[in-house]
Amino acid sequence: MKDIKTYDEINARIEAGNAVIVTAEEMIGIVKEKGASQAAQEVDVVTTGTFSPMCSSGLLFNFGQMTPTIKASKVWLNKVPCYAGLAAVDAYIGATEPSEDDPLNKVYPGTFSYGGGHVIEDLLLGKKVFLEAKAYGTDCYAGRKMKKYVTLDDLPHALLCNPRNCYQNYNCAVNMTDKTVYTYMGMLKPDCGNAYYCSAGELSPLFNDPCYKTIGIGTRIFLGGGIGYVTWHGTQHNPNVERTPGGAPKTPAGTLMVQGDLKQMSADYIKAVSIPGYGNSLAVGMGIPIPILNEEMAMYTAVSNKDLFTQVIDYGHDYTNRIARSYGEVSYEQLQSGTITVNGKDVPTAPLSSIYMARKIAEELKAKIQKAEFFLSRPAQLLPDGR
Amino acid sequence: MYTRIYVLRFLKDTSEQPVIYHLVKKFDIEFNILKADILPHREGMMILKLRGTKENVLNGVKYLETYGVEVKRLATAISRDEDKCYQCGACTGVCPVQALSIRRKDMAVLFDPEKCTGCGQCVTICPVRAMQVSLEPEVLAEA
Repeated sequence: MKDIKTYDEINARIEAGNAVIVTAEEMIGIVKEKGASQAAQEVDVVTTGTFSPMCSSGLLFNFGQMTPTIKASKVWLNKVPCYAGLAAVDAYIGATEPSEDDPLNKVYPGTFSYGGGHVIEDLLLGKKVFLEAKAYGTDCYAGRKMKKYVTLDDLPHALLCNPRNCYQNYNCAVNMTDKTVYTYMGMLKPDCGNAYYCSAGELSPLFNDPCYKTIGIGTRIFLGGGIGYVTWHGTQHNPNVERTPGGAPKTPAGTLMVQGDLKQMSADYIKAVSIPGYGNSLAVGMGIPIPILNEEMAMYTAVSNKDLFTQVIDYGHDYTNRIARSYGEVSYEQLQSGTITVNGKDVPTAPLSSIYMARKIAEELKAKIQKAEFFLSRPAQLLPDGR
Repeated sequence: MYTRIYVLRFLKDTSEQPVIYHLVKKFDIEFNILKADILPHREGMMILKLRGTKENVLNGVKYLETYGVEVKRLATAISRDEDKCYQCGACTGVCPVQALSIRRKDMAVLFDPEKCTGCGQCVTICPVRAMQVSLEPEVLAEA
């Protein structure tokens, strides 16, 4: 489809203070009222948002040298093991790494009170974190151990580096067995007693650009309250799934790898989470601006919950045994109503993704663009779209 | 009718007395025991839902207090840390009485302590541990 405006033109309007920015929720009504063609003329940017646990997240950090210098091979932050198979004083702490002395699921279901996500949150809250490092010692790095308290300010580099975030759609989880199960999709009661779902639906970034026409490598995003970038497609990115006529995937599909400077971020938009029986994770707030380059993008961004669907998956047996079976297709409108029907039975639903915060992020991103504090970037390369 | 949920704390001596029986006989109050426990020093704890005329319920509470029973509204023992809560809604999947619920028009997660029965399920399920239920009395902890 022919573009009616360019990234440069949109950014020029943002700079001049006369760009029209709306949230993904607002866009639905605009396109309904004026049609996609007119909406594409009038609207420059649609902002999206999402805020939910995103397990494949972590912090890549550098903790500074000492005398004698050290090439750390084992590193802990607040007793949470980090990956230190990197150069001298670089390490990576994963959000799902539990504290070393955590009893895990030995007392089932485990509570997972403290893990990598909590270390990242503590740093954001300005707390002191205890760093321990061990090394085998070399001629050029004679140091064998290091112990110190560090704050986020003390770390020379702290980069949130998330290999898989922002899932484009996610399963609706139920439990068809006769025992309660504790999963990353929450506590699921036996005999399909409840259902959890996890997407911001019509506010979710990749539901508003379902075929990856504008989001790609180099896209500037709102990440955890600061500015971040899409740096690659995420791990498990899979564009080749069944889609609606509007292009929206009906199962989990695209994902994003994102990075951003933790020092810019805020604990309001990054939260450590403990999921009973499963483990630690990190809830990440993310918002992506979508340029309305043409009528097609206006149509995509006007998608609403009634046109977005996912599958009801059994997490009691099927999921862990890799059995691909859907107990039905449900819309996000149905999921957000609080009840879905599975096998003829009414099942109460609850979300794991905060719609309230997703909206707040979309609003905040909109405000930042309106104030010309945030400009759109044209991706260096688009994500694989399966074609 | 007036319905309120209370946390009762009985000292060792009173926990032997049939105070709830008298409460019903004297004040014509309907009661529903939501939780009852005898702690190690034989002091008792009970969560009770009372229903009756406002006058009877309040007089009943006064009556309990004359027996040395410490009576506290359950709603005051339950709280949500608003700084921690990011309104995901996971708790609404386990709350059996809709004290935690979703306002559908904006998907905000609401907490109504008046409806809470103190089951504590939200405390363990909340991913950021924003829910707090403090039923253990300081006085009993010292006993």
